[in-house]
Amino acid sequence: MLTIKNLHAEVDGKAILKGIDLEIRKGEVHAIMGPNGSGKSSLASVLAGRENYTVTQGEVNFDGKELLELSPEDRAREGVFLAFQYPVEIPGVSNLNFLKTALNEIRAYKGLPALEAKEFLKLTKEKQQLVDFNANLMNRSLNEGFSGGEKKRNEIFQLAMLDPKLGILDETDSGLDIDALRIVANGVNKLRGPEKSFLLITHYQRLLDYIIPDFVHVLYNGRIVKTGTKELALELEEKGYDWLREAEVHV
Amino acid sequence: MRNSNEIIDDIANKEYEFGFTTDIEMDIAPAGLNEEIIRFISAKKEEPEWLLEWRLKGYQAFKKMQLPSWQHFPMPAIDFQAVSYYAAPKKKKQLASLDEVDPELLATFEKLGIPLNEQKALSGVAVDAVFDSVSVATTFKGKLKEMGVIFCSFGEAVREHPDLVKKYLGSVVPHSDNIFAALNAAVFSDGSFVYIPKGVRCPMELSTYFRINAQNTGQFERTLIIADDNSYVSYLEGCTAPMRDENQLHAAVVELVALDHAEIKYSTVQNWYPGDKDGKGGIYNFVTKRGICKGNSSKISWTQVETGSAITWKYPSVILQGDDAQGEFYSVAVVRNKQIADTGTKIYHLGRNTRSRIISKGISAGQGDNTYRGLVQVGPRAHNARNFTQCDSLLIGNRCGAHTFPYIESRNKSATVEHEATTSKIGEDQIFYLNQRGIDTEKAVALIVNGYAKEVLNQLPMEFAVEAQKLLSITLEGSVG
Repeated sequence: MLTIKNLHAEVDGKAILKGIDLEIRKGEVHAIMGPNGSGKSSLASVLAGRENYTVTQGEVNFDGKELLELSPEDRAREGVFLAFQYPVEIPGVSNLNFLKTALNEIRAYKGLPALEAKEFLKLTKEKQQLVDFNANLMNRSLNEGFSGGEKKRNEIFQLAMLDPKLGILDETDSGLDIDALRIVANGVNKLRGPEKSFLLITHYQRLLDYIIPDFVHVLYNGRIVKTGTKELALELEEKGYDWLREAEVHV
Repeated sequence: MRNSNEIIDDIANKEYEFGFTTDIEMDIAPAGLNEEIIRFISAKKEEPEWLLEWRLKGYQAFKKMQLPSWQHFPMPAIDFQAVSYYAAPKKKKQLASLDEVDPELLATFEKLGIPLNEQKALSGVAVDAVFDSVSVATTFKGKLKEMGVIFCSFGEAVREHPDLVKKYLGSVVPHSDNIFAALNAAVFSDGSFVYIPKGVRCPMELSTYFRINAQNTGQFERTLIIADDNSYVSYLEGCTAPMRDENQLHAAVVELVALDHAEIKYSTVQNWYPGDKDGKGGIYNFVTKRGICKGNSSKISWTQVETGSAITWKYPSVILQGDDAQGEFYSVAVVRNKQIADTGTKIYHLGRNTRSRIISKGISAGQGDNTYRGLVQVGPRAHNARNFTQCDSLLIGNRCGAHTFPYIESRNKSATVEHEATTSKIGEDQIFYLNQRGIDTEKAVALIVNGYAKEVLNQLPMEFAVEAQKLLSITLEGSVG
């Protein structure tokens, strides 16, 4: 599904990713943890194609395509979805209108006709229930005046609607209280399936109490320094990240 | 992958959709402004003596006036002697019906999306089509007449309804109001006239479509709309012009009169040729629009979507004379390439409990320069007057400008005047967010801009709101930076 080989990237001439190797197969859930500034969110940005990141080395294969060759919108249309750490607000554009535009753009890319209004609304209702999203937020302007929790839940709702192959959650848990966290995690768990993969980027272990990952990777100073299973996350919770400084030296 | 600069360049090279010319035999007066040409126009239109005198007074006022210097852009030198003040398609004979309109003209308006054939026309919209200096056709006149609504060319109004014209012409915008209004008074050639009788709610949208075609001419039309007691009318104007290298002058005057409990809703979708990417050519749009809420509880509402012209200089205003009268101004002004817009409104609160609302949305792209200029004046008698102004600017790219000059003058302590202003940029973050959901950059900009302008677009009659939305998207296609 996703194969990252020796990925190097920089921002304003400063190296941020220094050789990432990662393989995510269909249906797998991977978590990437690491201290602040280790490059976690940068990895998400590079995969989604944010303009100010320059890839200096390496390649990324996504379902048979060279991902780095594609524009951000084509990556999305191919099935890469990024749940943003800070979802933007767009005044005057209703959540519903935005989603309809996005969904139909993706469908057009796949050669499918635009969804009829009735089908679209049916789909919307179904997914709202699936991820427990407040229907009152549908006609509001996109994220405008939404609480932090509502914004994050909207990201998961969009993920449900657009049905990507790979969902990247960039610190979706940050700033959420325990109830909101549970709702977000439940949404993701319901969306899990043999055809859908996830990459969870998180600073804290607590998200992984709710979404059990298949693999946990530790990112430190632009490199993956350790890979394990759920137990690794617990170990990190206990020991913090400092001990990794030594680990890095030995990699 | 295309970067934003490439996309910016694209928009600059985007062709103007309505830039074609019509090849038709014309009567064109020689260039130059003098008493003789004014007498010529008046004679051509077989006008009564009083109107000629009024024109000449306008000309006398014009001669004493200077071009304004307070606007936020260097005033171009306009050579008033180089312009031809009259250009009209040659008429073979007096037209008895629409069927006799030159097919070439019908084809031109059809191409502009304004079919003049009543079977093909948008139902619910009556159209007066003005081509250069004259009105060539007015649709649905018969149907409107049944209800006592007068909708015709200005020239016809002078012939058929001289008392109404004489009573209201210049009553809102006097012949000496400003240099462009004075010029218009002297040489105005045609335009639309509307009268809604007492108690009548006009059953259809009235609309005038202005087309400049001839070279080296200007367009100087005049619109006069009178809504008698307890009446209602919604009126819309649209305009386009061919692409030409030289600048052409458009100096129109619009006067609105709302009597007791009457309401006039006036909408403009202005899409004059804006000039090319280097600022060559384009229409100089210097327009005076003013309405008076003469009667108690009357209402005038201006809505404008300004996307064209090299320079736009207009301040649709409302004089709230009657008690409990209401004035509204909703505006979206878009500039790109080297376009300039200096636009806004003036609201004069004279009567008690008068209310006004101003919503202005400026959008600047390329090297465009957008200025909001507004005056809210509250007179000593205007107890409990209320105004709310919201003035937003949206910037696209790093080379454009946005300016706001709000003036507030209150001479009544019980008045409430509120002003809110914001400036924002279409963020790369917003674009990237939409990209990440599968929406390409051009669609993303269209989505953001239409969202931003929604409050104003919602004010347009439904038939035109969709057109205006499309126009905004086309105008700004690719202008991201």
